[in-house]
Amino acid sequence: MGHHDEYIVHRSKIFTPAFFGLLAVVIIGFYYIGVRFVEGIGAVTNLSDGYPWGIWITYDVATGTAFACGGYAVAILVYIMNNMKYHPLIRSAIVTSLFGYSLAGFSVVLDLGRYWNMYGFFMPNRWQPNSVLFEVALCVMTYTLVLAIEIAPAFLERLIYSEKKRFMTIKKAARWIYPRLDKALIFFVVLGITLPTMHQSSLGSMFIIAESKMHPLWHTGLLPLLFLINCIFIGYSMVIFESTLSSVGFRRNLETREIAGLSKIIPILAAAWLGVRFYDLINRGHLADAFAGDFHSWMFLGELLLIAGGAFILSWRAYRNSPRMVFIAAIMLVIGGGWYRFNVYLIGYDPGAGWKYFPSLPEFMITLGLISFEILGYIVFVKLFPIMPKPHKVHNPGVESPVK
Amino acid sequence: MKNSSRRDFLKLTGLGAASLMASTASASEGVKLGENDVGMFYDATKCVGCKACVAACKRVNDMDAVPAPNDEDRLWDAPGKLDYRTRNIIQLYKEDEETWSYVKHQCMHCVKPGCVSACPVTAMMKDERGIVYYDKDKCIGCRYCQIACPFVIPKFEWPKAFPKIVKCDLCKFTNLKEKGIPACCEVCPTEAVIFGKRSDLLAEAKRRMETEPEKYQEKIYGEHEIGGTNVIYLAPQKVNFAQLGFPELETHSYAAFSENIQHTIYKGFIAPVALYSLLTFVAIRNRKKNDGSEDEE
Repeated sequence: MGHHDEYIVHRSKIFTPAFFGLLAVVIIGFYYIGVRFVEGIGAVTNLSDGYPWGIWITYDVATGTAFACGGYAVAILVYIMNNMKYHPLIRSAIVTSLFGYSLAGFSVVLDLGRYWNMYGFFMPNRWQPNSVLFEVALCVMTYTLVLAIEIAPAFLERLIYSEKKRFMTIKKAARWIYPRLDKALIFFVVLGITLPTMHQSSLGSMFIIAESKMHPLWHTGLLPLLFLINCIFIGYSMVIFESTLSSVGFRRNLETREIAGLSKIIPILAAAWLGVRFYDLINRGHLADAFAGDFHSWMFLGELLLIAGGAFILSWRAYRNSPRMVFIAAIMLVIGGGWYRFNVYLIGYDPGAGWKYFPSLPEFMITLGLISFEILGYIVFVKLFPIMPKPHKVHNPGVESPVK
Repeated sequence: MKNSSRRDFLKLTGLGAASLMASTASASEGVKLGENDVGMFYDATKCVGCKACVAACKRVNDMDAVPAPNDEDRLWDAPGKLDYRTRNIIQLYKEDEETWSYVKHQCMHCVKPGCVSACPVTAMMKDERGIVYYDKDKCIGCRYCQIACPFVIPKFEWPKAFPKIVKCDLCKFTNLKEKGIPACCEVCPTEAVIFGKRSDLLAEAKRRMETEPEKYQEKIYGEHEIGGTNVIYLAPQKVNFAQLGFPELETHSYAAFSENIQHTIYKGFIAPVALYSLLTFVAIRNRKKNDGSEDEE
């Protein structure tokens, strides 16, 4: 698409103190992953027949993939709404998405009791199209692959513009593939918009079947719609969060113009979400539960206040001009949106008397290890490949190669 | 939703030819009552709590023992509840000398099973007689069946490195295959649990309720719950089903509701293809526009 000159490799040291700190958490996580495979899921988790899904599914899969929706959300803006000014943001968003989805996929493998039977997903005679999980699984696998293809141009550019004389055949192959991939890329990009639309809504549908175990504040036939809108505003908030953090962390200039634009869109989406949420509660006659003052109503209010609060901040121009306020609002929306997913998957789920769940230390450590792995991967990745937006000041496309 | 499924269900529970007609008519609802469905009928007032059914189930299905606390010699098999070692259990609810009842718990063999609907790889299946069974060679261990089951019946072998799901399959591969009757029903000395065609069992339960109305709760559990279950229950007058550990469920099938929503959204995969085509059209048009403006620069 001829936009490769928008991105640069972030030139700086890879082995920083942060790198080793994250690495330590990763190692602890992987130790417990080893224990899980040798001694079984029961040995490392507090899961039970009443609570068969814990934080691995709730955070790593259901919430983590929403946090990884930046690539999806920005792609809608750029390719469907035709708003090219956001194009510079897309690569870092897609890299985050790729890491987020890979983490989710990896967590699922840990969580699957009989992981060696996973090949069944590729055997049409075992397909069970009534299963929401079947749809989610196939969709997420395909999307992860699509994300890898979407980010492939960054790899190829690195190869093509590398000045080293080694690996000439690979370079030649990269030069051959690059323009062809560039032409076909749009079909993958659109696939990368269709697939999350499907599986993000299905992640909500997943708990429709557990009707009798779900608190009425969260069980509704509108779960798919709520999850879909939720992941889009989380996606934009995450792009703001990440862009601000990497500007500070990597000492780059803020992408102010793009961030201000995203901040304008978020309140509209959040308002739509809140509208559906309240319409549904009133329609089903459960609005009173929301303000009953019990544990579940507080959990509902928590999710609600963070989302509404974040959206409220962003609906004022004065606040939108303050990077600090925008950053705070984005965090509120990410946490509130994620909280909603926790409420659906865990807090609003009650299998009946006698069952309790709170994650064990190893469960926490495995999740933390995987998150650290994701951040570590991102930090290393942007230092090796042209991912970060090129600062606005330099505006002479075509003169500089994206990789020096 | 609730009303329409109740209406369909009333159609379904009609007898004979009517039920056959209704089952085709309501195919879109997803709840089909098979004509040949078999199941069990447990009459709590007849059970003496001998647990012969628990022992027989373990014997024929080769289930591990559950050691009792303080049983250092490991001589007892003392399961207290259903788990991966116990597919079938007898429990006692007791308030006082007057108010008590035994209860038998195992898979309810739903007419429209949530576990079958949830399983992504057809490891949970329902056979032509309505028996809900499990195939460990297909199972990936995702445990979505456990999420989907309103009775918390499928159990997982948590302590094992190579675990499987465990649940009652009416001895489909063992006693039923060899002797034509599940082990628990075969050994029950008081006929508190009997095996047969669902329609016959339901008729028998109704007959008992009509003959001795003062003896029973005014409800057959499993007749209508989530579209009906193939295992049905009668409870004594003084103890209600909630006290015996049965969840209060609605009459519509949750699995059918979930499938309806999913099918409505996807329209047999036409919707995703349409969405993809539309988005491709828009994206390519946008690209052309942008390429044009770039050339002008």
